[in-house]
Amino acid sequence: MSTLFEARNLSRRFGRVQALDHADFDVNAGEVVALIGDNGAGKSTLVKALTGNLEIDEGEILFEGSPIHFTTPHDASEVGIEVVHQDLALAPHLDSAENMFLGRELMRPGLLGKLGFMDNSAMRQKAAVAFSELGSAVRSVVVPVGAMSGGQKQSVAIARSVAWANKVLFLDEPTAALGVVQTKNVLETIKKVRDRGLAVVLISHSMPHVLEVADRVQVLRLGRRVATYRAADTSVEELVGAMTGALDKKEGAA
Amino acid sequence: MTTTSTPPQTIETTASHDGLLERIKSMQSVWILGVLVVIVAVFGALSPTTFLTAGNITNIAQNVSIWAVLAVGMTFVIITSGIDLSVGSVLVVSSVVAAKSMDAMGGQGWSTALIGLVLAVIVGLGWGILNGFLVAKAKVPPLIVTLGTLSVALGIAQIITGGLDIRAAPDVLQDNIGYGRLAGIPAITIIALIVVVVGGIVLHRTRFGRYTYAIGSNEVSARRVGINVDRKLIQIYALSGLLAGFAGILSLAQYGTTTIAGQSLTNLNVIAAVVIGGTSIFGGQGSMFGSMVGLFIPAVLQSGFVIIGVSPYWQTVAVGTILIAAVYVDQQRRAAATRGKGVSTA
Ligand SMILES: Nc1ncnc2c1ncn2[C@@H]1O[C@H](COP(=O)(O)OP(=O)(O)OP(=O)(O)O)[C@@H](O)[C@H]1O
Ligand SMILES: [Mg+2]
Repeated sequence: MSTLFEARNLSRRFGRVQALDHADFDVNAGEVVALIGDNGAGKSTLVKALTGNLEIDEGEILFEGSPIHFTTPHDASEVGIEVVHQDLALAPHLDSAENMFLGRELMRPGLLGKLGFMDNSAMRQKAAVAFSELGSAVRSVVVPVGAMSGGQKQSVAIARSVAWANKVLFLDEPTAALGVVQTKNVLETIKKVRDRGLAVVLISHSMPHVLEVADRVQVLRLGRRVATYRAADTSVEELVGAMTGALDKKEGAA
Repeated sequence: MTTTSTPPQTIETTASHDGLLERIKSMQSVWILGVLVVIVAVFGALSPTTFLTAGNITNIAQNVSIWAVLAVGMTFVIITSGIDLSVGSVLVVSSVVAAKSMDAMGGQGWSTALIGLVLAVIVGLGWGILNGFLVAKAKVPPLIVTLGTLSVALGIAQIITGGLDIRAAPDVLQDNIGYGRLAGIPAITIIALIVVVVGGIVLHRTRFGRYTYAIGSNEVSARRVGINVDRKLIQIYALSGLLAGFAGILSLAQYGTTTIAGQSLTNLNVIAAVVIGGTSIFGGQGSMFGSMVGLFIPAVLQSGFVIIGVSPYWQTVAVGTILIAAVYVDQQRRAAATRGKGVSTA
């Protein structure tokens, strides 16, 4: 299987913090890669740099084998790359259906649509389908997102990205606020999305979850990829060791 | 989206507030509508023979018409969490340019009036685009941008006229629009009503309106999903400017003269009305209906005080008080909703 999305030598500095320090990263189609690392290791920064949310100082990004440059997050969306950001980035005053379709509204057919009228009921129906498929705890698609629980918000953000991704799906700590059942549902969704042939990148601090869904695990430390493991061949201890720097010399074989 | 199956019953997909009545009930502005009703009832009871007459009601409607046109644009702007302080000055400079040109043309007919209308709208649009450009592209805060253009536009109007009002509105404009009536309703009120209804539909039913809320609610999120936020902001400030220009020609029709010195508080009155009507100064929230309710409160107070013989200066006191009370109550409702006291935020 060829590499779908790849970063080489990415560097990015914020003032005195070298958030990314010649970081490499790669993910194949039909595979779940877990990206792990301590707080501040640069995981979110890497995701932002890969998805048009952040300019890089140096380095190269390759999509389907050729160099690519996203100036805006929308550029990444256009080629099928979606992100669930750690901060979710929802519009709190809009409801979950409105959020899910924000920027991609379904319009009324014919002249009304051309005049800018939206088909709200179709969007609500589709949003409801998406939420129930996800097994999420969202019980209404017409309540403003700002009035939802943290976990419900997270479900909305995940459903939105899952619905629109068709090449790569990034999830930055998607289960942080979720209950046991919803977490399980998200992990199942990740597997389903992978089985549809997408590349999925999961950032998580939960090693059991990582080992459950990931095919490969890439470890980031101080802005640099320090190890790559096959999930089947590694253990929580080994991952923790790589994250903290206890096993320094070992670059995984996978 | 790949699925098209019907959603399960467990997820609510129709807003219970879809019906007009339900929607109005669930709005932030509903209690302010109650305030308006109470004010009308009190004046009605105190002075049933003069206050609740068709003549007085049309009079009130005529008085708010021009502000209503401005409030449409202002509602859009404030929902994006912006502000437009320049509307009064833009109104003035647009009416000055229109009056000067119509004066130069000399005719009293529709062709002169039409040129005046077009010029006023173009001048207003120009100022609006300038505001929008400075807000969206130059990233100067809207408060500063429009405070600046308020001053510049007014100054230009004064330079053009030497500070003296121009009495030049073609007769057709004054007779048909200014004093004209249709089925007893002032023409200017009908025009304003059309602007309000169209503005309301655009705000609440179209994608343009949805993006207006999205930008005010979370600009980062709007940008991430690919909304061209800068362009939308320019369009929204342009709309506000365009409507101020249009209000300029309506004002000429109504008063027969430019009102260079008479618009210094227009911006604040319109902003107060919009905010009283439940539009959040922090963005993301508001309704056209609320803004209209917010407009009528000062107008009804003014008229009522005159009729019952209270000094109309009290109106200014009352409006300021209601403004603060309205925002206070809104904050309380929101805080209560966040604490989960069962108050709907919808
Ligand atoms: N916009 C920014 N401005 C300044 N510094 C930043 C910015 N974004 C990230 N950083 C810094 O870059 C480093 C990496 O941050 P990043 O958010 O990528 O960490 P992370 O691995 O996602 O951590 P966490 O597990 O806590 O989410 C941190 O030291 C952080 O302070
Ligand atoms: Mg992070």
